[in-house]
Amino acid sequence: MILNMTDICKDYPMGKTVTKVLKNVSLSVNEGDYIAIMGPSGSGKTTLMNIIGCLDVPTTGSYEFGGRDIKKCSKRQLADLRNKKIGFVFQSFNLLPKLTAIDNVALPLLYGGVRRSERRRRAKEALERVGLADRMDHRPDQLSGGQCQRVAIARAIVGNPDLILADEPTGALDSVSGAQVMELFHTLHEQGATILMITHDRNVAENAETILHIRDGVLTGGDQDE
Amino acid sequence: MFENIGLAFQGVWSHKLRSFLTMLGIIIGIAAIITIVSTIKGTNEQIKKNLIGSGTNTVQINLNRDGNPVDLQWEALPAGVRMITEEDLAAIRKLEGVQDVTAYHARGYVDGVYYGNTAYSGALYGIDSHYFSANNYRINSGRGLTADDFTNFRKVAVLEPAAVSALFNGEDPIGKTIEVMGEPYTVVGTAAQIVVNEPVINNLNDYYMYSSESAGTIFIPDVCWDISFRYDEPQTVVVRAKSTDEMASAGKAAADALTEAVITGNTYAYKASDLLEQASNLQSLSQTTNNQLIWIAGISLLVGGIGVMNIMLVSVTERTREIGLKIAIGARGGRILWQFLTEAAVLTLMGGLLGVAAGIGLAYMLSNVMGTPVAISIPACVIAVAFSTLIGVIFGLVPAVKASHLNPIEALRHE
Repeated sequence: MILNMTDICKDYPMGKTVTKVLKNVSLSVNEGDYIAIMGPSGSGKTTLMNIIGCLDVPTTGSYEFGGRDIKKCSKRQLADLRNKKIGFVFQSFNLLPKLTAIDNVALPLLYGGVRRSERRRRAKEALERVGLADRMDHRPDQLSGGQCQRVAIARAIVGNPDLILADEPTGALDSVSGAQVMELFHTLHEQGATILMITHDRNVAENAETILHIRDGVLTGGDQDE
Repeated sequence: MFENIGLAFQGVWSHKLRSFLTMLGIIIGIAAIITIVSTIKGTNEQIKKNLIGSGTNTVQINLNRDGNPVDLQWEALPAGVRMITEEDLAAIRKLEGVQDVTAYHARGYVDGVYYGNTAYSGALYGIDSHYFSANNYRINSGRGLTADDFTNFRKVAVLEPAAVSALFNGEDPIGKTIEVMGEPYTVVGTAAQIVVNEPVINNLNDYYMYSSESAGTIFIPDVCWDISFRYDEPQTVVVRAKSTDEMASAGKAAADALTEAVITGNTYAYKASDLLEQASNLQSLSQTTNNQLIWIAGISLLVGGIGVMNIMLVSVTERTREIGLKIAIGARGGRILWQFLTEAAVLTLMGGLLGVAAGIGLAYMLSNVMGTPVAISIPACVIAVAFSTLIGVIFGLVPAVKASHLNPIEALRHE
């Protein structure tokens, strides 16, 4: 088991009232899973994603990642955990515009304290896996949106994380590029990667093995129709 | 670490105009300080050079009474002080740092020197055989004083060029007879001091301070001094040191040895005139005003530092998403802190370097336009660059801490 959350609640104080964004969410992810969490905007899916990604902490409930209790981790330990165990893929890629593709991909390794030559080797390998070996020295503004997202995916997988966490990975892409990205996720999954994806798009979600729904902060499992 | 510095340089370079404008405060502050320091140092070195004078490394040793110099030109040596002999001088010549030493009688101003109907009003020295070499004189024409002149009590004279022009009006003086205090003397040569450093005179004060008498000097053998003056007039001693650095120590050693040899009692003593002390007294006069100038220039550095802080805060805001991403993919807070600190330090380091260059340029420009002396102080330059880097670290701290404490979720959502 990679992660296990039980009865997670997240409250945001809004003035005098408290908004309950997540209500008793329980979720567990095992090695090799390919899960999509679907929900409309405002359903709390981004907050859930942030908590899963250890960027945010739940108000109540227990969350274990890789057997460790997240609530007991220091900021520094959380940073290391995100660095080594989780690969993030964002809707808007979030590549550093001044760095080349290979330097962008190598960035997590830099923070992980990997030696320079080793970083380049592994970054190159990751770019090959996403089919961009010939674009290594291009900067993001010299790449198409689809290529940018593939670079971002290479950055997510370069550290061999336990979990790939994707937030609307096709949200900023046209349908052809989006399909390519989903194809890539499919391949990665077949190679053994564990993927958790958040989307509002049913067509995208259907690529996953399991689809979960979130609505008004409540996570419901199974393939039930909306 | 080095990667951080490299990235910081890239960051500075990618916003050339902005970086330059940010640095400008630092550049101006550092440039002002370097200019002031260079000018101070130049002035101080000039004071020293002017006082040390001809560059012959000579130190005058005078008779002092209760610590103050005494003028005994027309009087006999006081009780307890005997004449300085050739043996005394020979002993001094053996002291460390002493190249040569001479003792002479001097009259700063005499009446009673004539050539025909022309009178001379100037200095008259009764010198020993070492005077010319100790004071770095060159014989311009004729000859100097020889051992024979001394042993045979020959009434011969050597003239400085100024004395020649005062008496001879274009005639060749060699072989002519002049009257010195009623006695006939034959002019055998002319001699002039080889001046290494002409004193630099910038104003009237400098002129009074450094310019020597211009009427010239007439030299006669000291053995003939008794004919016209008292036989036991006090002597002035000049020690020539082997190097400028040894002037003070050689002068003091010679004065002490002389006091030991020729003086009994505590009232009188021979003392070396301490030119370096005089120089430092003069230098400290200008030091106070200059220190104030440096403080004012320091304010510019403060303003520059605030400018750096301001632009770093802007930079943190602009790069919020970048920071958010870095934190999300596992950069620790310390790493982000270092990144921005390095960037601020690199910015002010470059500002410091440019400021030092501008300051040196400005000092030389000022020197060309206004004639102020310049000397570049390497330690001052190094301290200035180090200090400006420190300013970057200090004023970069607030923005860097702010960056490292950003909430990654909000930072990633930032547009």
